[in-house]
Amino acid sequence: MSDRANDSQSEVGNEWPLWEVFVRPKAGLEHKHSGSLHAADAAMAIQLARDVYTRRQEGSSVWVVRSADITASDPRDKAAYFDPMEDKVYRHPTFYELPDAVNHM
Amino acid sequence: MTSIRLQMTAPLHYVLRIADTCLIHAQRLAEWCGHGPVIEEDIALTNMALDLLGQARALLTRAALIEGEGLDEDRLAFLRDEDQFFNLTLVEQPLRKPSAHAAGGDFADTVLRNFLLATWLKALWQRLATSSDAELAAIAGKAVKEARYHQQHAADWVVRLGDGTPESAQRMRAALARAWPYTNEMFVRDSVDAEAEAAGLGPARDALHDVWRAEVAEVLAAATLALPAETPFIATGTIGRHSEHLGFVLAEMQVLQRTHPGGRW
Amino acid sequence: MYTQAMDLAPAEERTLRSAEEAQLEARFEARIDNGDFIEAKDWMPEHYRKTLVRQISQHAHSEIVGMLPEGNWISRAPTLKRKTILLAKVQDEAGHGLYLYAAAETLGTSRDQMVAALHSGRAKYSSIFNYPTLSWADMGVIGWLVDGAAIMNQVPLTRCSYAPYARAMVRICREESFHQRQGFDALLVMMKEGSDAQRTMVQDAVNRWWWPSLMMFGPPDDQSPNSTQSARWGIKRLSNDTLRQKFVDACVDQAQVLGVTLPDPDLKWNEERGHHDFGAIDWAEFRRVVAGHGPCNHERLAARVKAWDDGAWVRDAALAHARKRATREQAA
Repeated sequence: MSDRANDSQSEVGNEWPLWEVFVRPKAGLEHKHSGSLHAADAAMAIQLARDVYTRRQEGSSVWVVRSADITASDPRDKAAYFDPMEDKVYRHPTFYELPDAVNHM
Repeated sequence: MTSIRLQMTAPLHYVLRIADTCLIHAQRLAEWCGHGPVIEEDIALTNMALDLLGQARALLTRAALIEGEGLDEDRLAFLRDEDQFFNLTLVEQPLRKPSAHAAGGDFADTVLRNFLLATWLKALWQRLATSSDAELAAIAGKAVKEARYHQQHAADWVVRLGDGTPESAQRMRAALARAWPYTNEMFVRDSVDAEAEAAGLGPARDALHDVWRAEVAEVLAAATLALPAETPFIATGTIGRHSEHLGFVLAEMQVLQRTHPGGRW
Repeated sequence: MYTQAMDLAPAEERTLRSAEEAQLEARFEARIDNGDFIEAKDWMPEHYRKTLVRQISQHAHSEIVGMLPEGNWISRAPTLKRKTILLAKVQDEAGHGLYLYAAAETLGTSRDQMVAALHSGRAKYSSIFNYPTLSWADMGVIGWLVDGAAIMNQVPLTRCSYAPYARAMVRICREESFHQRQGFDALLVMMKEGSDAQRTMVQDAVNRWWWPSLMMFGPPDDQSPNSTQSARWGIKRLSNDTLRQKFVDACVDQAQVLGVTLPDPDLKWNEERGHHDFGAIDWAEFRRVVAGHGPCNHERLAARVKAWDDGAWVRDAALAHARKRATREQAA
């Protein structure tokens, strides 16, 4: 989710902190990561997120999170974290063969 | 191209005051595009300019219909002379760089003007939403949402800069001193206002004063900025007599249509 | 396009690597060959990281500096509709710069560092933005030719191996399509419905922007020693010359629709190659402009430096205020 190679993105010198932006385009959908921006505080981050990331469509909800506050899994642990998911095929609908009459389920 | 001369009526004058205020403010705000203090704010200011330009276009289109001689938004914007523009004088003052005539024109002036104007427009749009003119009411219904956002964004900046560093506070005080005398014009009541009020077209300007003053006082207090003293100065852009700045703004804005009469774009 | 200066530079020396690093790099290259995406926290060769930081940041700088030549005509747009469209387009460019700075930041650099590199002259931006916009017709021609060239360059980048860059490019490409169309539309109106003076204005703009647009694609392949490594690493998918040829072929048809003449007497269809032959590009001019001696290099950089310097007190105040509030909230 977070693309921060350098997790301790603190207020170095006078730079505005970096925030990640998540937008829910309309009710019923989830928030999706749209990108990031620099803002001095949370109120500004929300407003700028609207100005920068929702110009072309209605956003019904915007989340902003300081990039430094995101905890991400380590890609080196990918094998431990995610490979076991791969062989639980019974979680996937395609695993089950049903008669044609009800196959649209 | 030869200028057009409008046959003025009170309703036309009333609508043009709002249209021209939005148009000239949008024109000034657009000067920041590519030059903002930070890219994100550049985008925000341009959004504001686009909103105001949209409001201006809708109002000019309505004004053209009221005028009834087959004009349109572009002929009104590009072929009128200065004395038939009726914007608040406040919005023609420099915003991004000082002019030859006056100091001022920086980001402090910008956020302050955005705030003072958006607060005024919000109050105006709220009342116009029940205008006897259905088209005006429809425009107002949409515009009030934009004004609310502009006011919030600008107010946050006024507070940040007023209560930021000693330098930003000093610049805000200077901006306030420059802008304040021009705010009186926002609340003058003249015959155009009176006629509009009587016809249910929209509120007279003085009706907006108390609500405006209360909201402005609250934000200035949060910004640790003192309310300036009252001055007797009343600007006259709304009756077509402008400061020295509008001439330059219009010269730039209108140049292509004047150079290419009948041009197609 | 955003590596014009890098293309011109001599081939970069690779530093000696340990056996372990060689192995990591071999695995990395296998991932690239497999068409895998590289994410920010994945292992990558230092040279890959550095090349990407330079390319992505220079792409970002190009978007931001690119706001200036078009920004020059916002106040003078001839109709309110055109003013609206131009404002929205230039604003998009700011947004694109922002997405790209964000992508570059994932590689360990910061916005401030990148801006400092631009302002000091160390980092470059696309040479095309060092030319002046002298008439309203330039707005249409920039949309048609300059954005057209940019789109041709950007679509392959949506498949760049570095995922944050590829994702930024997907977002940019989605927004970019209206940029070229609005320019072409403006030109079509002026050529088909406009006056003689307007048609002359358009042709003059084409005459000034054609050759610089071809130069956007960078030096010829045989003069771009660093391109091979970029291609190897899935950063550069198509060569300079390939893209340039594609562009010329597309523009010839479009020019015909518009009724303008492309200012190249050597432009002609080559049946054998299946492409249009075109005349010699003045690479000396290109090198001059990239080195800082074009018509507007000085103004463009000065405008950016001024905006940054004039904005320092604003940025400082915003931070100061945020800190004050945080302190107050903690005390409460």
